[in-house]
This record gives sequence, structure tokens and C-alpha cells, in this order.
Amino acid sequence: MSTTLQQPTGADEAVEIAKKRASEGKRAERKLGMLLCAPAVVFMLAVTAYPILYAVYLSFFRADLRLPGQNEFVGFSNYVTVLTSPIWWTAFGLTMFITVISAFLELVFGMMLAVVMHRTLVGRGLVRTSALVPYAIVTVVAAFSWRFAWTQDIGWLAGDAAPLTDRWSSIWIIILAEVWKTVPFMALLLMAGLALVPEDLLKAASMDGATAWQRFWKVTVPLIKPSILVALLFRTLDAFRVFDNIFVLTGGSNDTSSVSMVAYNNLIRGLNLGIGSTMAVLIFLTIAVIAMVFVKLFGAAAPGQGEHR
Amino acid sequence: MSAATATPAKKAGWAAVDLVVLLYAFIPVIWIVSLSLKGDDTLNDGNFLVRKPTGEAYSEIFANEDFVRALINSIGICVIATFVALLLGTMAAYAIARLEFPGKRTIVAMSLLISMFPQIALVTPLFKIETAIGIFDTWLGLILPYITFALPLAIYTLSAFFREIPWELEKAAKMDGATPYQAFRKVIAPLAMPGVFTTAILVFIACWNDFLFAISLTSTNSARTVPAAMSYFTGATTFEKPVAAVAAAAVIITIPIVIFVLFFQRRIVAGLTSGAVKG
Repeated sequence: MSTTLQQPTGADEAVEIAKKRASEGKRAERKLGMLLCAPAVVFMLAVTAYPILYAVYLSFFRADLRLPGQNEFVGFSNYVTVLTSPIWWTAFGLTMFITVISAFLELVFGMMLAVVMHRTLVGRGLVRTSALVPYAIVTVVAAFSWRFAWTQDIGWLAGDAAPLTDRWSSIWIIILAEVWKTVPFMALLLMAGLALVPEDLLKAASMDGATAWQRFWKVTVPLIKPSILVALLFRTLDAFRVFDNIFVLTGGSNDTSSVSMVAYNNLIRGLNLGIGSTMAVLIFLTIAVIAMVFVKLFGAAAPGQGEHR
Repeated sequence: MSAATATPAKKAGWAAVDLVVLLYAFIPVIWIVSLSLKGDDTLNDGNFLVRKPTGEAYSEIFANEDFVRALINSIGICVIATFVALLLGTMAAYAIARLEFPGKRTIVAMSLLISMFPQIALVTPLFKIETAIGIFDTWLGLILPYITFALPLAIYTLSAFFREIPWELEKAAKMDGATPYQAFRKVIAPLAMPGVFTTAILVFIACWNDFLFAISLTSTNSARTVPAAMSYFTGATTFEKPVAAVAAAAVIITIPIVIFVLFFQRRIVAGLTSGAVKG
């Protein structure tokens, strides 16, 4: 202010001041932005980053709550124990199997549901509303519903059979429960993609003689590829964490434990924090690898699409 | 355009498809409701629909102290976690949607990472940490992880909503002589409320749904939530699950959420897709 009064003709000076004020404004904005984010960031780091680092640390110790006196550094021996254990590998294989099959089925049924919600001529609101029901239901509740449905004598699906006492029929019921619950979420993500496909493009393809099937595969799918990949990534990482359904449906009996079940049992029943932490670290690394593979796919998908257009 | 060219046959076809969707969505729900209304005499009849509905299971479950306590825990823990997550999430989302500052991208990436984080990887270390600082088996011990996993969802959904708000209106109101507080209360708050409300529903459902933390970080009914308590219900014999009671508990924690979701269907769809697609 005072400088402007001293040199009323100094236009440069005025610009300087304006710049200074602008940069002060920028600085204030930066400060405010960081300040507003700080609590959330601190919270998230304190409850995730710190424990996972602590888990890495614990995984190198014999931290057994039943033997508190023997908490000594054991190097990689916990990793050797876990990675040579058939229980771990059975659970790992099963978790992978459930993840791949349910992500695939969810994509197929999710796409069908998305198309129905997007295109139906009758009762669109009704369909969209009721499709949210599985999403709204607590996973444990849905799991109990399936479990009782397949309980001998009680269930309407069971009759005299007891499918939850057999390994493979249990696995398929677990997959069914997973798929039932998450198809709507998948469908919503895909529907958001479908809404972005220009109607004119589909019409033009139709005039050129493309059948509905061709229009879907040649026009719609390439255009919504990003939505498909995002939805698949979300669901793959989510399916790998499968726990609730297995806990309620089989409790892990007949070799139906997922990696999360094994880690949980090890902690709660075994009270072995060293081994439990080792499993925690291994699960974390697996998730990171899956996510990286998807990110690679993303990277490859974008330029590829550019070439085709 | 397609509505105009719809033939009755096409309409009937779509109606049939709609019916399949309805059956898919409602069959497990109708089954558990029906099961919860069965009495001891009809429990083993294997019928999908109940023939002689009774409220026995419901009176039994509300007489069960563990269940009532778990219901209070569930409501209390989820409401507090939702409130705090929304408060912190709104601040962060406002900054992300409107301000330029260093580390913004890192924060967005970090919340994406956390939303995909395997919760089981936290259970073992959190168990140890919470036991050490004395918050194991308390409300706080569950509220903290709930807030953490709700925050990414809140930040994503809210920042997507906040980007849509016409913020120029705030300036316009100030030019018309409104104080900053008035501009916020009369112009911005009403525009932001639907987004905040929708996010609150999504966050609450996410907390309400949790099972893994609830079962690992509690050991008595002092903090155990309903999903965890349900897996501990015991019947007359220890090996048998009290089927009708579990079904009744399931219905009690499900129906309010379902009604809520059906009522706010449009907003929830908008919230779920906006948050996820931008990610």
C-alpha cells in the first residue's frame, strides 16, 4: 500500500504487489489444503501404515503369546514355516481359485445386470432399486441365509443332502454367496461406463448392419474397457480377502479355509503373533502384486485403444 | 426413442427379465424372513415360505441380553465411526476438490491403496497394539479401524460430489452482500448436504457390514457387534445353532438398512458410481 503511494506511476510496482499478493494467496491456499487433509492422513497412516510395519517387525520374531518368555529374533524362520506349510498353500490355492472364478462370474453377471438396468423398457426404477438389496445386506446375514438353505432338513435347497459337509460343494456355495452379494456393485460400476457410450455410435453401427451381439463386442466393450478394468481390479482385490462367507458357511472345515481364515485361526486359536504377522505380510505382498499386474494392464490398455480408434 | 418403438412383445420380454432380477435379489431375503417366523414345530419342514408364522424367535432374541447389548454396540460404534469419518473426510475432500496444494495426488493415491488394503493383514498387529494400550475389546478399539477404512470411501465420494458444486454461487452471494458465513450456510451448505448425506449412508453400511474386525478385536459382549455376536449364539445344545433366533437377529439388522437403501436408491447409485469411477 505505502509503496504505491510513494510511486503513483510505478505500474511495474503494482504488478509486483499483485504478484506478491497472489503468491501469498497461493501459500495460504496450500497451507489450508494441507491443514484440512492432515487429520485424515494422520488417522489413515496411524491405523494402517504403522501396524503393517509392526507386522513386518513381528514376523521376524518368535512372538507366541503362550510362550511370552521366548520372544526372540528368529530371522526368516517364520517365513520358512509358513511357506513350507501345506495348510498355507491349500488355503492360498483355494483363495486364488475363489478369487478368479468369482471375479469372472461377477463380471459376466454384472455385465448382464448392467445392461438390463441400462436398457429395460419396463420398471427401470424397480430393477435398479431391487438390485441394491444384496449390496445392502450384511455379508454375514446373507451367509447365514445360504447356510440354513443348505442345512439338512431345515433348508429349502437341501432336502436330505448336506452339501456343506463336502469340500467341493462347499466351495461352490461359497462362490455363489460371494457372487450373489457383489454382482450389483459390479453392475453399478459397469452401468456408469455404459452411460458414457454414445447412442449415435450404436445407431450408426446398427445401420451398417451390425447385430446386437456385434454392437456389444465391437462398440460397447472397447469403449467401456476402462470401467471393466476398474471394476475387475476392485473385485479381485476384494475377493482375495474372502472371510465372512467362509467363516459362516463352513468355518473352514474340509479344507475350505481362505488365507484370511488361516491367518485368523492362527491368531485367535493359536495365539501365535509371529506366524500371524508373517501371513499378514505375505497377504499384503500378494495384494500388492495383483494390483501391480492390473496397473500394468491399465498402462497397456490405454495406448492400445488409441491405436484402434 | 426406444420407448416409442417398444412393441408389446418386447415389453413382455423385458418384464420377464425384470422378474428374474427381482427373484435373484429377494429370494435369500424372503427365505431368512420366512425362517425367522417359523416356530419349533415347523422349523424342520424345509418349506421355503412359512405356513404358520409366529413371533417366538423375535421375543426370544429381544430377551437375550447378549443380542440387545450387541445391537447397542453396533448402533453406537457405527454412528460414531460414521460421524468422525464424515467430519475428517469432508475437510479432506473439500481441500482435494477445491484447493491446490502439494501432496494432493499422494493423498488420493494413498486412500485408494487403503481402500484395497487386506484388513486381515492388520488384524494381527492391531490385536497386539490394542492389547498393549488397553483398548482391545472396547468401542474405541473398533471405532478406530472403522474410521480408517471408511475414510477413503468418504474422501472419494465426497470429493466427487464437491467437484459438481457450482462454487461461483458463493462469490455471487458475497457480492450481493452476504457475509462469508451466510454465503456458506444459505448457499453452499444446502448444495453440499445431499452429497454428505449419501456418503453417510455408504459409510454407515460399510461399518455395519464389518465382521472381521468385530470378531478379532473383541472378546466379550462389551464391544461385540451383531454380526460377530450372531456367530456366537448357542442353542439348547452347544452344537446346534438356534436357527430361528439367528434368522431373527439377521432380519433385525437387515430390514432397516434395506428399507433405507430402497428409499434413497437414486442417491446411493450416484454415490457408489461417482466415487469408484473417478478412482
